[in-house]
Amino acid sequence: MLLSVKGLSKRFDGLHAVKSVDLDLPEGEIRALIGPNGAGKTTLVGMISGRITASAGSVIFDGEDITRLPAHRRIARGMAYTFQITSVFARLSVAENVGLAARRHLHGAKARKAVAEALDRVGLGARAEQEAGDLAYGHQRLLELAMGIVQHPRLLILDEPTQGLSEGEIEAFQSLIRNLAQETTILLIEHNMRVVMALADRITVLDAGRVLAEGTPEEIHANAAVQAAYLGGGDAQTG
Amino acid sequence: MKALVLHLGLLAVLLALHFVLPAYHHGNLARIMVLASFAMGYNILFGYTGLLSLGHALFFAAGMYGMGLSVQHLGLSAGPALLLGVLSGAVVSGALALLALRTSGVAFMIVTLMFAQAGYLTILHFSEWTRGDEGFVLALAGRMAWGVDLSDPNARYIAALMLFGICLMLSLWLVRAPFGRVLVAIRENEERVRMLGYDTFAHKLAALTISGTMAAAAGAAYGILFGYVGASFAAVQYSILPLLYVLLGGAGTVLGPFIGTLFMFYLIDLSSGITTAYMLIAGIALVLLTLFAPQGIMGELRRRLWKGLP
Repeated sequence: MLLSVKGLSKRFDGLHAVKSVDLDLPEGEIRALIGPNGAGKTTLVGMISGRITASAGSVIFDGEDITRLPAHRRIARGMAYTFQITSVFARLSVAENVGLAARRHLHGAKARKAVAEALDRVGLGARAEQEAGDLAYGHQRLLELAMGIVQHPRLLILDEPTQGLSEGEIEAFQSLIRNLAQETTILLIEHNMRVVMALADRITVLDAGRVLAEGTPEEIHANAAVQAAYLGGGDAQTG
Repeated sequence: MKALVLHLGLLAVLLALHFVLPAYHHGNLARIMVLASFAMGYNILFGYTGLLSLGHALFFAAGMYGMGLSVQHLGLSAGPALLLGVLSGAVVSGALALLALRTSGVAFMIVTLMFAQAGYLTILHFSEWTRGDEGFVLALAGRMAWGVDLSDPNARYIAALMLFGICLMLSLWLVRAPFGRVLVAIRENEERVRMLGYDTFAHKLAALTISGTMAAAAGAAYGILFGYVGASFAAVQYSILPLLYVLLGGAGTVLGPFIGTLFMFYLIDLSSGITTAYMLIAGIALVLLTLFAPQGIMGELRRRLWKGLP
């Protein structure tokens, strides 16, 4: 297992946002994490990546217990996290945004080459010198992705990457993720069920902080409990 | 490359001015270069890392007293005393960083202000060593470095230029190096930098220590070159001055601190020649500049003419 989560919980004052979640993610898989708003998805990946400290439970990454490590040391071990709310460095150039991500492990010409490759991969090669804040929203999402890719992570955590993208952009995004899956493991929080069904090897459904179901897209699609909690609701597409 | 030429060009101009300036302005410029070095230290923390300190007088004074006390009580000459001053600045700023960086934003401003006030009061408290408010004039022996008398105006100007040149080139190198670019990114969005795998605390710790050490170097040099060590240099106005210099000249530009110091120094100098209410004129000029060039002089220049200006 690349990632193994055991009994992970989070309490915020009165709210029990995540309740004893177990999750095993083998190397090379695309795992989708779905669930209604407020189900605890972002809190869960926050605890995995170290942005949020867990109230209880443990996170094992690549065979080692990283529960007590601060976020930057988890990232340095091969996790990359892309933000749900686009969080690029708006006043820096596109290339510098990706460069910052690359230079943590690469230097000089190697870093520049990696930056150019990552930008080409997401299709932003021609915009390298533009200020990131001037990019269209969809392009900013792609920039976030490039910042993740350039780190060559073993685990790439994507928090609602297609939110706000157009149909055409979503198509391109899907083929990019399929391509990426050959070299990295992906944990994907996603509201767009078409994207989930098309990409995920397995799906974990969270509801009210608990794992409601886990299985292949077909199994999840057929699962009555999931239907009731989530898919049956009219908000499955729009979130 | 263009940037390197610009910054080396400024140093060349300052060297050339050494030979042509009348005595009065020659003396002013030496003072400005030392104060600008102080402001450049401040700029690394404020302009590039985005941390607003209200306590840099503490570092300036740590350098000045580290130097001055070792001349006064240990009988050191200027060279070793200067090094001791720089070293005490590094120790004080590193220690303060460990405590103050647990806070951020307004709390950071208040914590740095309080520590600087505590430093000021400490100097007053140990008046039998520091001569308190009155301060002390540095013995001539303490102003000799390697046989050069630094109280001589010519030597003083060249020494100030050397300090300024070192701080300028160090700043230029630092902010273009990967380390400095992480500082800029921390200024822009610290959480994102952390989630790219950087230890932002360690980076801020280093930035504050470099910033404080540079301020201390300026403080130590100021004491040696102008021959006086006094508690007024530890008071709150010496925390505000570098902030003003940097804001006027352009925060986050390498040349900004020098331009801001030059501008402010001569603004006060010229307006005090016109009226005793010179702070009124200085104040109006500052308000106008803030209105029409909120990013400071060099910041405005960068916005309008030269986007890549470091």
